[in-house]
Amino acid sequence: METNEIPQYSIETKDLSIFYGTFKAVSDVNLLIEKQKITAIIGPSGCGKSTLLRAFNRMNDFVPSSYVTGKVLMGGQNMYGANIDPVEVRRKIGMVFQKPNPFPKSIYENIAWGARINGFKGNMDELVEQSLRGAALWEEVKDVLQKSAYELSGGQQQRLCIARTIAIQPDIILMDEPASALDPISTLRIEELMQELKKNYTIIIVTHNMQQAARVSDYTAMMMLEKDGSRSGTVIEFSETKKIFTNPKDKRTEDYVTGRFG
Amino acid sequence: MNSNHNHYPEGESLRRALATRYRNASIGRVLFFSALVIAILSLVALLYNVIDGAFGYVAFEYKNDPTEFTSKPLDDLTKEELLAILKANLSSGAYTKLDNEKPMEKRSRSVLYTLLLERLIQIDTKQTWSLTDSIFRSGEIKAEVAQKYPEAKLEFRSWLTPVFLTTPMSSKAEFAGVRTAIFGSLWMVGIAILFALPIGTGAAIYLQEYANKNFLNRVIQTNINNLAGVPSIVYGMLGLAIFVRTLEPLTSGSIFGVTDANGRTILSAGLTMGILVLPLIIINAQEAIKAVPDSLRQAAFGVGATRWQAVWHHVLPNALPGILTGSILAVSRAIGETAPLIVVGASTFISLDPDGPFSKFTALPIQIYQWTTRAQPEFHSIAASAIIVLLVLLLTLNATAVLLRNRVQRRY
Amino acid sequence: MKQENTIMENQNFRPLDLKKKMRLGESVIQTLLFLAGFLSIFITVAIVYVLGKEAWLFFGNPDVTFAKFLGTTEWSPGIGKFGIWPLVTSTLTTSFIAMLVSLPFGLAAALYLSEYASPKARSALKPILEILAGIPTVVYGYFALLFMTPLLQFIFGEGVQVYNMLSAGIVMGIMILPLISSMSEDALSSVPRALREGSYAMGATKIETSLQVVLPAALSGIGAALIIGISRAVGETMIVAVAAGAGPNFTFNPFLAAETMTGHIARISGGDLSYNSIDYTSLFAIALMLFLVTLVLNLISQGIINRFRQRYE
Ligand SMILES: Nc1ncnc2c1ncn2[C@@H]1O[C@H](COP(=O)(O)OP(=O)(O)OP(=O)(O)O)[C@@H](O)[C@H]1O
Ligand SMILES: [Mg+2]
Repeated sequence: METNEIPQYSIETKDLSIFYGTFKAVSDVNLLIEKQKITAIIGPSGCGKSTLLRAFNRMNDFVPSSYVTGKVLMGGQNMYGANIDPVEVRRKIGMVFQKPNPFPKSIYENIAWGARINGFKGNMDELVEQSLRGAALWEEVKDVLQKSAYELSGGQQQRLCIARTIAIQPDIILMDEPASALDPISTLRIEELMQELKKNYTIIIVTHNMQQAARVSDYTAMMMLEKDGSRSGTVIEFSETKKIFTNPKDKRTEDYVTGRFG
Repeated sequence: MNSNHNHYPEGESLRRALATRYRNASIGRVLFFSALVIAILSLVALLYNVIDGAFGYVAFEYKNDPTEFTSKPLDDLTKEELLAILKANLSSGAYTKLDNEKPMEKRSRSVLYTLLLERLIQIDTKQTWSLTDSIFRSGEIKAEVAQKYPEAKLEFRSWLTPVFLTTPMSSKAEFAGVRTAIFGSLWMVGIAILFALPIGTGAAIYLQEYANKNFLNRVIQTNINNLAGVPSIVYGMLGLAIFVRTLEPLTSGSIFGVTDANGRTILSAGLTMGILVLPLIIINAQEAIKAVPDSLRQAAFGVGATRWQAVWHHVLPNALPGILTGSILAVSRAIGETAPLIVVGASTFISLDPDGPFSKFTALPIQIYQWTTRAQPEFHSIAASAIIVLLVLLLTLNATAVLLRNRVQRRY
Repeated sequence: MKQENTIMENQNFRPLDLKKKMRLGESVIQTLLFLAGFLSIFITVAIVYVLGKEAWLFFGNPDVTFAKFLGTTEWSPGIGKFGIWPLVTSTLTTSFIAMLVSLPFGLAAALYLSEYASPKARSALKPILEILAGIPTVVYGYFALLFMTPLLQFIFGEGVQVYNMLSAGIVMGIMILPLISSMSEDALSSVPRALREGSYAMGATKIETSLQVVLPAALSGIGAALIIGISRAVGETMIVAVAAGAGPNFTFNPFLAAETMTGHIARISGGDLSYNSIDYTSLFAIALMLFLVTLVLNLISQGIINRFRQRYE
């Protein structure tokens, strides 16, 4: 794979705060995501991991009361800038959700649809096959491409969702607890798949599973509610995964990753 | 995997493609919204159409010259003078009959004045104009009348007047009113609710609180949902065959000694309408009962209440506003229904107030139907007036329902 | 000590008796409530029996043959003409026109309300549709005859008769529009959010998401709305009785007057009708057909709704 040919961008946030109405859910996040690496976001429930992740590709736009301050930069452009197109942002930054959410269409159409609306001009059959191979699903579904996606197992559906995301060839893939609805075997397959994918993509994953974070990620961001009682979450520590798990700087991180937290 | 990368538009072509997609998006938005605009316009057109018909210029002639009866201008006549004129000029039989219906002395001036116009002077309507025409073409209309009907008087008239509400039917549009129709509608709806509310609430209680999920109960539930979709005219046919015909001795009142027996009575219509709104009441009551939180029942059972005690003391009082809201909606459905009444045999010409369940009757929508289908435009004007009466009635009912519903929502 | 004893002896507590008790009042009430519920079954049976019995008499008449009923095109039972088709064609024509109006507009309105409108706009717009749904059909009849028909005559010229199926059909469509839109909106808004998010995450625009993801996912519910709409149109009486025409006419031409099945029942039963005449029984035969058609449509629609409710729950 000639990975170097692809002009890749990664994400950087500057003083990013995210609000739901008057409630500041996430405050002052400064991250520099390394390209073609897997970055995990961990932290207790409700600390704003999903909120932060969804801010990267502007999915929070669909919550009418929400807005951000600060910047999310990709290739030097602020994604909340005035002339930035959210549709194009989401094309460049794909997303895989916690629960598999395939479209009620055939397996083939699930992948072809996104490509088609984004103006794909190449050979569709080829793209579908490549994407399914990329998501390690091809062998299982190649004979049943016209079947409804709903007939797949949960794990297969999730890989289909990954396949349809890579079909639109984003630079970055966001995953919000992609394996939490899956059994251990399917989880393992998704994790293997992520290792494959990171050769071509930058991946940011939210997970509750410490082992998973330790296993798959290169970098880890630890989120926590702010101590001031405001109930806003923020990133309290961000470094290489190895360091977070073996030699954290913050006491709270240590407590959390060793399971002594709450 | 990357061989496809160049198949996606980039740069200038990407910008063009995006522009097209956004244009489609906004076209779609406008198209979808215009459907709502059309719905709104239809509503506006309908209301405009009704109001347009209920007011406007009328050109009419007196058949008999007013000076034959009095030398004073008609508008200046007092009640006593009107009484004297009527007494002097009506045949004594006609006068006695009117006096028996309601003593002439007790009638208001405007009623007597109407009688004078109706019985003695008599009006011949030549032409009517819509409200729009009356406003924007009044000059032309005046010229036209002066030329076509030199004898005629031109008057701007509201067909909807207090007298219209309080006078009974008449074969002349100018003197017809909806009094008997309103009474007929009220009687009919009263009987329908008296029948359907207790039974419907009982059925809803049974289905929500008692029924387990066996086959029979599922059939009952499905059946109720289906009855709600049966065309209203089919209920009319049911009423015709059962209430009007088979149960004639009961519905005509002949077993209670009412003579002049015929099954086409208020009772038949009310029961037919009761059956028609029954599924509606059941379904609404079920919703209301469903909304009562389960914790309430648990609490009642927890202190040793029987099923019925829990229902009677806790579930029903809490569901009552919802059940009443449902009944009001059922009432407004029943008031507007026309087809079953036609089939069951509402009479159209009723000049006496109905005096009980065994009376012949007419109803507001029946009058509207009758008058709309008459050829003479003055009947369309009173049809429009009757529609306004009906719509105001429905609006009041629905506003009550909405208020009730809001009170319920505040409770939980 | 003494005190304690009195308490023990005087205790009003019943002895522990957990056996089932016969509660007569409870059983009577339960029986009454059951009967109230069961009455609905009785009503359905009564409808089938009454319509069936009179229809049986009609079809049992030696003059009424199957060949005449379905093979000829003139309906006038009083003088021995038993071809049902003119009533059927006009019912089909008016219903078809009504669906042509109510389906696209109702669906578009539903899409706007569920996918585009802000909560504020929705709460302002929905009552308007509810008002439209609450207007008695006889008022729509007035509107069809005295507004829509003149308008159509103005547009299409004198070819449009005073009573015509087009006007009745269009106004019927306006009447059914709120039903289609509210049922479709229910179907659209029960499409899970995850599906919309999945689509947006792939860079889809709003309209692409609405039309290509949400709409197909809600298709069964919209189908149910369509079927209920048809059933409503077939059974609607007053609009056609006022505006479509008073006399059977074997034609699909919407500019012409033609009486529908419901309109025919209303006109004939409104007049003086002697029981047991062929005119009387023929009305029940028509009503039976109406009942069966709408019953089947309603059952199909309910079946669809039940099935698709299960899918997302
Ligand atoms: N749509 C919304 N509107 C208002 N507040 C929201 C919304 N979504 C999330 N929040 C709030 O923002 C905060 C962070 O939520 P978020 O879902 O990002 O947490 P999380 O870290 O992903 O939790 P979990 O691990 O349980 O998924 C919470 O307090 C939550 O209540
Ligand atoms: Mg989350």
